[in-house]
Amino acid sequence: MLFTSYGFIAFTAILILLYYLAPKKCQWMLLLAASYLFYFFAGPEYLLYISATTVTVWLAACAIQARGDKTAAYVRENRETLTREEKKVWKEKGKRAQRRLLVLCLLLNLGILAVVKYAAFAVANVNALFGAAGLERRFSVPDFVLPLGISFYTFQALGYLIDVYRGTVPAEKNLFRLGLFVSFFPQLVQGPISRFGDLGKSLYEEHPFRAETVALGLQRILWGYFKKLVIADRILTAVNAVIREPETHGGAWVLVGMLFYALELYADFTGGIDITIGIGQTLGITVKENFMRPYFSKSIKEYWRRWHISMGTWFTDYIFYPISVSKPMLKLSRWSRAHLGEVVGKRIPVYLSSFAVWAATGIWHGASWNFIVWGLGNWVVIMVSQELEPLYGMFHRRFPKAEGSFWFRAFQVVRTVLLMSCLRMFDCYRDVPLTFRMFGTLFTEFNWNILWDGSLLNLGLSAVDYGVLLAGLAALFAVSMAQRKGSVRKRIAAWPYPARAALWYGLFLAVLLAGAYGIGYDASQFIYNQF
Amino acid sequence: METEMEELLEILEDLHPEVDFETCERLIDDKILDSFDIVSVIAEINERFDVAITAEKITPENFNSAKALYALIRKLEDGE
Repeated sequence: MLFTSYGFIAFTAILILLYYLAPKKCQWMLLLAASYLFYFFAGPEYLLYISATTVTVWLAACAIQARGDKTAAYVRENRETLTREEKKVWKEKGKRAQRRLLVLCLLLNLGILAVVKYAAFAVANVNALFGAAGLERRFSVPDFVLPLGISFYTFQALGYLIDVYRGTVPAEKNLFRLGLFVSFFPQLVQGPISRFGDLGKSLYEEHPFRAETVALGLQRILWGYFKKLVIADRILTAVNAVIREPETHGGAWVLVGMLFYALELYADFTGGIDITIGIGQTLGITVKENFMRPYFSKSIKEYWRRWHISMGTWFTDYIFYPISVSKPMLKLSRWSRAHLGEVVGKRIPVYLSSFAVWAATGIWHGASWNFIVWGLGNWVVIMVSQELEPLYGMFHRRFPKAEGSFWFRAFQVVRTVLLMSCLRMFDCYRDVPLTFRMFGTLFTEFNWNILWDGSLLNLGLSAVDYGVLLAGLAALFAVSMAQRKGSVRKRIAAWPYPARAALWYGLFLAVLLAGAYGIGYDASQFIYNQF
Repeated sequence: METEMEELLEILEDLHPEVDFETCERLIDDKILDSFDIVSVIAEINERFDVAITAEKITPENFNSAKALYALIRKLEDGE
């Protein structure tokens, strides 16, 4: 059931109605039932996977909490008789037991993810290696059905488990309440990857009907559909025309493809998240923002703090920090300082840990080499810019007026968008050698005339389509600029009724009339659903 | 003799000479220290103070100011 299907819209509308008619204390149960029903529609067999993750994480979290409580109680009761050393030993013993439970549950759930998502990729690579080594032996490539949203809900559930282990949140005693946190349907298919500390409370609270909140939520949903149906799905036709026929679309076409894809991905992913956050809001539930105007970032590092924020912070908190400040890493850092010098030693923890994070980010997006190379490409760019910082410092000392000036900021923003678009070519072409070849054509094929000789009209888009896209782009830009001063919808709510009614009905009509439908048209899947 | 606090300030100022770490109390909230900085500071603290700051201790409350970070180091040194 896609967000863009009539079925989903009807499903959500009925749910909102029942949600506010039901007794308040039953609201979260209704949401759980709706989430499982939504997942059932996606594929009944998937229910087994999400249930297994929920139950194992629930059991492990409760056991971790119980072990921690037991240790704390023992130390408290024997405060007078235990020496400081003995207390320390008890605490360490308790922590070790908790760690064993944590690791067991992590391995089990990451194991499930690895098998269904990565087994085929791993086996295909082993077979290719055997082939390269001249060996006859081949393994049959497994063909698992990838459960919808497995990367999202697994990470969300494991984040909760690690938080319980760290003592950041208490374990949820009620299996069904945890079940709702793991399966909450609006964010099941493409995130955000919420934290229990942020979302949990809001999910289980009683939510009385508030017309203003529901209206704000519906407006956010409408804006999401506008981005997805009017912009993303329209430009998708042109992106496909460029990417699927690489032999005839080199040179300037590659630049067109890159920039069109940048717009498509932004409108698609942020549109989907708008729908998610909007549905949450209509139900009185606060889902954290996942974007902060990423295309206005001045560096790749900043971009990754503003794009898919929940994924970035997940990788930082649960992979980057644990690796970079682990005992072996600190030991390695000390050893490197002693043997390789301060300069190398200081960099070791950051370089190695961020390498692991970007390799993981790449493979999280998909089981193929193009995503791994894309992830590591980001790592290379971030590390190079980190090393170039002294050079930037020299530049700014030489030209003190540049920093902070509009034109320099504009240059940084354009540079970041172009760099990100270049890296995303791995995502577009899904083939590493082809991506490098196509990138090369940017400098070898001089067909820049396609930008103004009417060739752009051969990509499946008419002049009217380009007009709609330009208007959509202008709307995106205007909203992004306005967002800097706070919620746009709240400010619109203060407008006189005729003005705000005209705006929202206008937007509704735009989605209905300018949405990329047409005869036989089927709204495309959201890009991030496949991850 | 250099006090531990002075040594900590030196570590931080090496990373961002432009920041007044004695008074700033929003190092994380205002994004002055990023994740790379935090890891560098932790490695440096480990080297100079022989104190290991684990991942769960990396919270805005512990890293928002030099004072808070110093309090964390003292707590860890005392074995709490």
